[in-house]
Amino acid sequence: MTQPITLTLDINGRTRTVALEPRVTLLDALRDHLALNGTKKGCDQGQCGACTVHVDGARVLACLTLAAQVEGRQITTIEGLAGADGGVHPVQTAFLERDAFQCGYCTPGQIMSAVACIREGHAGSDAEIREYMSGNLCRCGAYPHIVAAVRDVAGAAS
Amino acid sequence: MRGFSYLRPGSPDEAREAARDPSAAFLAGGTTLLDLAKCGVAEPERVVDITHLSGLATITVGDDRITLGALATMSRVADEADIRTHCPAVAEALSQAASAQIRNMATIGGNLMQRTRCAYFRDPATFPACNKRAPGSGCAAIGGAVRNHAVLGVSESCIATYPGDLATALVAFDAVVHVGERRIAADDFFLLPGATPDREHPLEPGEMITAIAIPASPAARRSTYLKIRDRQSYEFAAASAAVGLELAADGRTIRDLRVALGGVATKPWRARGVEDALRGKIFEPETVKRASLAAMEGAVDHGANRFKIDLAPRVVARAILTLGGLA
Repeated sequence: MTQPITLTLDINGRTRTVALEPRVTLLDALRDHLALNGTKKGCDQGQCGACTVHVDGARVLACLTLAAQVEGRQITTIEGLAGADGGVHPVQTAFLERDAFQCGYCTPGQIMSAVACIREGHAGSDAEIREYMSGNLCRCGAYPHIVAAVRDVAGAAS
Repeated sequence: MRGFSYLRPGSPDEAREAARDPSAAFLAGGTTLLDLAKCGVAEPERVVDITHLSGLATITVGDDRITLGALATMSRVADEADIRTHCPAVAEALSQAASAQIRNMATIGGNLMQRTRCAYFRDPATFPACNKRAPGSGCAAIGGAVRNHAVLGVSESCIATYPGDLATALVAFDAVVHVGERRIAADDFFLLPGATPDREHPLEPGEMITAIAIPASPAARRSTYLKIRDRQSYEFAAASAAVGLELAADGRTIRDLRVALGGVATKPWRARGVEDALRGKIFEPETVKRASLAAMEGAVDHGANRFKIDLAPRVVARAILTLGGLA
């Protein structure tokens, strides 16, 4: 047990202050201390992608990131994707239209990864989408529909 | 994960000082350290976060060498157009490694410090015996499930595979690891397990990788990384090869060849036997295939990993032939 430290985090455009032990990951900080449960804990070992969030716009795994490490960075979670009017993000709409999930547990991570994948320019073909979305596992096997959803948004954007 | 204290040093010197105690660990991308802390393998008492240090993430591509700052992320280096031109094997190795998320987190310096994926090493609760983790305790892998264990560079103490892709390319092209003022050839940066598999690098506590330099060469410009694995993406190599080729002015005599293997050895494995067998020879499929067998000189299998001895020379041959336009 080590002493908590006070952290100031920029999450979805809001400044949040929280006292945490240094070993607390960003994932546990979000879920257990900040009431942001949209980010999911799957393997908690960096293997499944369910905890994908954006740090300074880049997709990363919240389970292998210390909350202390991202002080001063801009963190975006699935809760922060909505537009100013509160409407859903185009990638979220595409996931609904394409029925790109079954149980839904991996979906927030898939969507955060997909938003970044499209922004990076790595969604140019189905093969490229599959390669650059490979860090997000879906045990229900909704992969074909996920690829279709990403393709829809990438195609509309280009 | 055990508790630890957290420090965010303001300069490299401060970072080195803070990490001089053997119970301290540098934290960069965190993809190895935090993973192993959760497995109960890494138990740092102090974590020294170097990700906020400035000036260590610069990428420069000059006429004589590429220099990669230790804190440049894998994804940034992989996407750098100049690196794709000057040493495609490095860019290809990086872009085929891990996942997009992990490549955004993991740094080039941290990549060199990644540790084996040996399932016995990673599970101390179930398998107390591991000479890498607990020197002298034995090896649970030998006699266990060894499909992914090494066939080259193994010892009676350890058969854990070195898992990385980048370092395989670095070793092929004589890269140099910068540790402050110290310079270490990439090949020497990785130690054979021998009787001391716990010692993986010639680094002392507090020493920090600052950059990696890759000398320019015609072979580096004409290079590739071929990775064969059990699934198409987000998987470690069953066998991989970083290969560079320079042909003489006649367009058919091999002037220079670089070959290094991944996924089959206890360290990134330079296959000089293949290079020596082909240098000066006419570039021709049968010659290449025969010479590639030399990659497995000294190989020792433990049963289920025997397939690597057949697979690796084919990976080498295909990579070389692809570079020459014959595969």
